[in-house]
Amino acid sequence: MFLAFFLALRTAGVKASLREFLTLQEAMAAGLADFDVDHFYYLARATLVKDERFLDAFDRVFAESFKGILQPKPQAGLEMQDLPAEWLRKLADKTLTDEEKAQIEALGGFDKLMETLRERLETQKARHEGGSKWIGTAGTSPFGANGYNPEGVRIGQETGRNRRAVKVWDERHFKNLAVDTELGTRNMQVALRRLRRFAREGAASELDLAGTISSTARNAGYLDLKMVPERHNAVKILLLLDIGGSMDDHVALTEQLFTAAGAAFKHIKHLYFHNCPYGTLWKDARLRRQDAIPTTEVLNTYDHTWKLIFVGDAAMSPYELVQPGGGISSWNDETGQDWLARLIAAYPRTVWLNPLPEEQWGYTQTIKFIRQMLEERMFELTMDGLDQAMRKLT
Amino acid sequence: MRFEGTKTFVATDDLKIAVNAAIALQRPLLIKGEPGTGKTVLAQEIAAALGKPLISWHVKSTTKAQQGLYEYDAVSRLRDSQLGDARVHDIGNYIIRGKLWDGFEAEDAPVLLIDEIDKADIEFPNDLLLELDRMEFFVYETRQTIRARKRPIIIITSNNEKELPDAFLRRCFFHYIKFPDRETMQSIVDVHFPGISSLLLREALTAFFELRDIPGLKKRPSTSEFLDWLKLLLAEDIGPELLRERSAAKLIPPLHGALLKNEQDVHLFERLAFLHRRGG
Repeated sequence: MFLAFFLALRTAGVKASLREFLTLQEAMAAGLADFDVDHFYYLARATLVKDERFLDAFDRVFAESFKGILQPKPQAGLEMQDLPAEWLRKLADKTLTDEEKAQIEALGGFDKLMETLRERLETQKARHEGGSKWIGTAGTSPFGANGYNPEGVRIGQETGRNRRAVKVWDERHFKNLAVDTELGTRNMQVALRRLRRFAREGAASELDLAGTISSTARNAGYLDLKMVPERHNAVKILLLLDIGGSMDDHVALTEQLFTAAGAAFKHIKHLYFHNCPYGTLWKDARLRRQDAIPTTEVLNTYDHTWKLIFVGDAAMSPYELVQPGGGISSWNDETGQDWLARLIAAYPRTVWLNPLPEEQWGYTQTIKFIRQMLEERMFELTMDGLDQAMRKLT
Repeated sequence: MRFEGTKTFVATDDLKIAVNAAIALQRPLLIKGEPGTGKTVLAQEIAAALGKPLISWHVKSTTKAQQGLYEYDAVSRLRDSQLGDARVHDIGNYIIRGKLWDGFEAEDAPVLLIDEIDKADIEFPNDLLLELDRMEFFVYETRQTIRARKRPIIIITSNNEKELPDAFLRRCFFHYIKFPDRETMQSIVDVHFPGISSLLLREALTAFFELRDIPGLKKRPSTSEFLDWLKLLLAEDIGPELLRERSAAKLIPPLHGALLKNEQDVHLFERLAFLHRRGG
């Protein structure tokens, strides 16, 4: 039952497993859906979706899979034309200038416009573009400029008169939650976990069983309790991220790593550079002057117990690396190579994570060069590479 | 045994279906949602509605999965051995039961709430996989297996601070409590303040949803904050006129401290109010 629906879900990226599908069957057999399509929708959602980010995808697949089965109510089409028109007119009175209103009249007035809106709404559903396409393109519609999208219009819901004009899944309440940046973060966290170094610091609050036994024995059998502080993660990470230029293609991947790292460690400091670190690093990805921090200050503030992780493609013009003044964002008296060597020397535990695939490294001079400087401690930014890098760092 | 909401808790249809599925198929139910939308309260209400005891296990960053099963109190045993207490010969005297054990052993299957599971270490959910799946665990010290007499109804809440492992998620039902729309909100208020004047409620709801729609708020006020605010409005005897007047003259609703919980949000609000006044 519903095998096609299940497969469509998987194609749409909702990672429902066979086990969950069987659970759904079990729930249906137990009569939990009551032969009511709304109830079935809720039940399927609770069973197959385990993350609010996939709720929107689920709604879309559900709407698509059960489109033919559900007869729309006879007046639904009428409502769709009627209600938003009224709603938009109210809205337009408030926000549109006279000039824009005249433009609307030129387009054939509101009724014509609403028809277009409805058509667009239809194509949008059919195309599965997830509401990202705004009404009106290339300036033909006055609403393009104002940025109304059909979901914002909330057809059939805003008036509260007929909540069923649009089915629940068509309303797509969970659209805002469909963010893909954190996908796979957990895997990365598990890899980063290798880095955790537990140290006992702070107030003694835990019983040290081994210590107690040995001191009790030494105490001629009289109990001598020994306490130790609780274990905390004491690892310190300095993350240097390449930003802008050639790294733009890899921003998503870097962001993932960053989210994962942020949650996994207590002490983590992240700084940014452009292509190659010189005398200045930045605290903010926008590389503004007020966020600048001298590299020497970084070297003095964070001692050798910090672990240094570079994230960057290391692909740049050779001049940027070996020539004074070769830096593209500011003047540098000393070469990038010197600064890199200084950083690597200051932090014995250093790795470089490179989002480019390893096969391509040989084709770029600077990658080969930096890799040599790091004594091969450059790794691909993949699960496997991350794992190897973390092993090198511990 | 079906959950249909209670006098003090408005359950939407989708929530009821999810809860009933979890009860019928005896799987844990994972609840997520904005803070203040009633995740924790849900477990209490289910217990009340079904007439079952509630066992809550509040998870903290230092909580270990083992603590939910049992703990072995070695210190007491060492001390008792010193004093020559007879109890010392039975290790069972020093096994302290955890919340899961209590839940498994109860005569009447209780509602077991595992609150804020994401606060704990990243491995925490994995350590409970087998226990939640089979509803049994092994006590190493006494060599006994604890099995659930009747499978408890398990409600797990999460605030999304950490991702939960897939294997764990596969075993649960999932429900995301979305923020209630105006109608649902109205029925929630009716449940909590039956005597409230409809005029005041309408103005308060308008002010509240307007406030929630302001872009850039750090923490958008939620249901529980709205209820607190209403309570204050009633206690201070603030009339609907005052709430409406706010939209014209000043933008900040009275007693906003109950709604806005950090000073950046209040500043943002004051700036908007200032612009509004200049513009108007």
